[in-house]
Amino acid sequence: MVADAAVAPVETADPPARGLQARAWLARRSEAFLIPVGAALAGFVLFGLFLAALGKSPLQFVDIVYRGGFGSSFALGNSLQRAAPLLFAALCVALPARLGLVVIGGEGAIVLGGLSAAAAAQPLAALPPALAIPLMALAAALVGAVWIGAVGFLQAYRGVNATISSLLLSYIAIALSNHLIEGWLRDPASLNKPSTLPVGDAFMLAPMPGIGVHWGLGVGVLSCLVAYVLMDRTTLGFAARIAGGNVRAAQIQGLPVGRLIVGFTALGGAFAALAGFFEVVAVQGTANGTLAAGYGYTGILVAFLARQNPIAIMPVAFLLGGIEASSGLIQRRMQLPDATVLVLEGLLFLVVLASETLYGRLHLFSPHLWATKRAAAALPAGAPA
Amino acid sequence: MSGDLGLWSVLIAVVGGAIRVSTPFLFVSLGETITERSGRINLGLEGTLVFGAMSAYATAVLTGSPWAGVAVAGLAGGAFGLLHGFVCRLPRVNDVAVGIALMLFGTGLAFFFGKAFIQPSAPPLPAIPFGFWSDVPQIQAALRVNVLFLVGAALAVFLWWAFRNTKAGLIVRVVGDSADAARAMGYDVDRVRLFATAAGGVLAGIGGAYLSLYYPGSWNEGISSGQGLMAVALVIFARWNPLACFAAALLFGGAGALGPALQSVGVTQGYYLYYAAPYVLTLALLIATSSPDRALAGAPGELSLSK
Amino acid sequence: MADHSLSRRHLLGGAAALALTPLSRARAAGTLTAGFIYVGPKDDYGYNQAHALAAKALKGMPGLEVTEEERVPETNAVEKTMESMINLDGATLLLPTSFGHYSPYMVAEAKKNPKIQFRHCGGLWTDKDPKNAGSYFGYIAQGQYLNGIAAGHATKSKKLGFVAAKPIPQVLNNINAFLLGAQSVDPSITCQVIFTGEWSLAVKEAEATNALIDGGADVVTCHVDSPKVTVETAARRGAFVCGYHVDQSPLAPQKYLTGAEWNWLPIYKGFVEAMQAGKVPENFVRGGLADGYVKMSPYGPGVSDAARKNADAVKAEMMKGGYQIIKGPLKDNAGKEILAAGKGYPEKAAELESTNYLVAGVKGSV
Repeated sequence: MVADAAVAPVETADPPARGLQARAWLARRSEAFLIPVGAALAGFVLFGLFLAALGKSPLQFVDIVYRGGFGSSFALGNSLQRAAPLLFAALCVALPARLGLVVIGGEGAIVLGGLSAAAAAQPLAALPPALAIPLMALAAALVGAVWIGAVGFLQAYRGVNATISSLLLSYIAIALSNHLIEGWLRDPASLNKPSTLPVGDAFMLAPMPGIGVHWGLGVGVLSCLVAYVLMDRTTLGFAARIAGGNVRAAQIQGLPVGRLIVGFTALGGAFAALAGFFEVVAVQGTANGTLAAGYGYTGILVAFLARQNPIAIMPVAFLLGGIEASSGLIQRRMQLPDATVLVLEGLLFLVVLASETLYGRLHLFSPHLWATKRAAAALPAGAPA
Repeated sequence: MSGDLGLWSVLIAVVGGAIRVSTPFLFVSLGETITERSGRINLGLEGTLVFGAMSAYATAVLTGSPWAGVAVAGLAGGAFGLLHGFVCRLPRVNDVAVGIALMLFGTGLAFFFGKAFIQPSAPPLPAIPFGFWSDVPQIQAALRVNVLFLVGAALAVFLWWAFRNTKAGLIVRVVGDSADAARAMGYDVDRVRLFATAAGGVLAGIGGAYLSLYYPGSWNEGISSGQGLMAVALVIFARWNPLACFAAALLFGGAGALGPALQSVGVTQGYYLYYAAPYVLTLALLIATSSPDRALAGAPGELSLSK
Repeated sequence: MADHSLSRRHLLGGAAALALTPLSRARAAGTLTAGFIYVGPKDDYGYNQAHALAAKALKGMPGLEVTEEERVPETNAVEKTMESMINLDGATLLLPTSFGHYSPYMVAEAKKNPKIQFRHCGGLWTDKDPKNAGSYFGYIAQGQYLNGIAAGHATKSKKLGFVAAKPIPQVLNNINAFLLGAQSVDPSITCQVIFTGEWSLAVKEAEATNALIDGGADVVTCHVDSPKVTVETAARRGAFVCGYHVDQSPLAPQKYLTGAEWNWLPIYKGFVEAMQAGKVPENFVRGGLADGYVKMSPYGPGVSDAARKNADAVKAEMMKGGYQIIKGPLKDNAGKEILAAGKGYPEKAAELESTNYLVAGVKGSV
């Protein structure tokens, strides 16, 4: 579960020239970008071969994904709308991942977050929306934080594996939520689709101006930026990274590993719960069984494709939103089943993960290898390479 | 039909349910035990299970033979296992993540190719009526035992024995406990893990065949409700012990039968909570048996899960 | 991927390709495009298939293009599917078929696209909703009542079983009708119900069916999205089954008594013909056996002559319209009076849309 600590590049004895230094900097930077992009392209090519083997046109597929997901303002809006919950769900994976935990139960936090927001709306009904809506968000975030924070707590203080406990807690959350929605919290007027009482029009958020997508997108982007700053620009994030790399080293340095784990998992849970909150206040208006729409599971995919980097989560969520947005058109124009998108996503996921092995090993991106090669070239012919 | 059995019927239903529902859990958890004993974790067995269910059903429809279906499901599962093992032998690749990817990929492929097989009926796997001695139909039904259940039970015993007493079992355990020690002894760690993951995949595929060809005995996209994932959890509280896997699978299967059985005797409130009972039970057992200070008893030393 | 897997992929791919009907994209001017939206897979042997069968039958109509999308969840994804069908396929008649597709999604789209007609399956439309929207539904409880008559004649244990998804009015009406049909044959018959909590959950449905039969039920029916598992499991246990949504008799030819099926074709045909004639299709369409929106599966071999005669006679009454399944004196299963003697609800009664009780003789609670 603990990611391998990066192997420090072997510095060579002879000092590189200035130009070489710049190229080395560029090489290292572009590695983090070009390897996943190249892997994703390879995934698409493999999927194209799969389609071709079935007698379907890969080019038509690309064309449809472009038109369905990206080629018009409608398509872009569609992709962005689908990306919004994925941003939150992916953060619920990426933040704990920094500490070496693989959390796959974000779906439960989404469902409970939505339920809490809807439940909080009733006692807050007398308040002005500008006050009540943030309080609903807070209620959602708190419940999500407790739920996924418990996963971190169990890992840190009881040694219970986070992957398994988050999965179990997710099933339990969905059962609990169904129980409440069809019991205590049910709106008696919700006849054939059991739901909570509606939060009311006053508490519903209008779409973001200009793009017609709900505010979950804006807040989601903001959350990714906050998470990036936290993880890459603060001591807390740095401490988390050390603890994620090597727990024992972190403990020796006196870092509060347990509290870091609980804190980062709780934060991840709070973000996931916000996806449920927006589902209620910006989309559905009530909490009902549809809250478990699978965003939590797609979020896992997003986080891993983004290599747990909050900045990269944004374009990846957009890309996957686009692919899912074009799913309908793929069914209608190519007579392919809805599962086509699942196959593509699985393949992309697999290839991008496999490409992890390339880091630090591709000659183009590895200045230390350039030097080795020059050294090797300088060796007399016949020497073992 | 005999009269009311009252609460006895709940017990009979739980026993029957344990036998009916446990087999996929049993096969997947035994497969995962082999894989994890070698030091790798494969979370993708859920995808393998679903693909196994689809390919078994499709083969049975096309050939008319359910056993051909079981064979194809096992082969397909082995292929997924090889894929997992192959990708994970690349340095720096995270086995948990690859498992999640394979879960998606296997499920996707199963749904993709499975569309054409939702409608047709496949011949089911045979069962042995061990309840012949009773004239109570409920007991007769509960004790109709599928051959795969017996195979799984025998396999649990065999694996338990083999891990202790055979060279192959020893090699898998050494590789799982310390890759360095295994290398020093001259074993190819990656190859052992590749085969262990493939073997795990074969068993998971067969578990899927049970789902589609015996119980519930039909192919559709809702056939698995996470049995493959839950089986991975079962392995942990079974402490990587095949015999304990058998017990855990029975327990989990029986817990799953509790909800419907309770409703049938009039306990009708809160069925969502009863349905969640197996998950609560598993989590409670995990919490009770884990400890922050030491590695889990019986845990393979190389397993990322227990580090 | 290993080689053998590739070859199987080819094999299965070929089979899958055969099963898919080619659909031409060419659209002549003046052609009407109707977009069907299903919540699950369209060949589920159940709810979605009933709609997809009607859509398939429509494809022969001149001047009509049919576009379909399956597995569209009850989230804002369905709004985008509707918009996509409008913008990219030129659909002018949209038919989202799942209950949760209606509010807020279809209502919002209807407001946004006043020139497009939206008709939703579920009977939710009221005249406060947009005029270019509407709904349609069938009184399928009539079919369950006839199922109950067939079951009442077939049962020896006098116990029936019902696998249900959730305790919502539509489901409760079906359970009540099934038992009342059976009690019209023999008032001592009871019916056990088990709720699975989800619309589609194969293992739980199988366990519920087994639990019902273990409890003594010898005729079983269900109200879940796909009855396939229930029908097959019950038949394997030797119990009779009554179908739901579509004809499941091929799954259990010996044990299938009859079934309550949807027949959406006349409704869809009516919408299309109205639009082709330049008229606004009806906003609110409801009907049962008499209107042909509900039909019965052919009787199976387990249905006796007496049962056939009895069911056919009641069916003939239902065909006249106004048949009261819920009829006083009637108590619920907690002993509370539902209706006094002399009162009754015909199929169109608004009270039936908020049913929150199970009639006396049903074991289970809401």
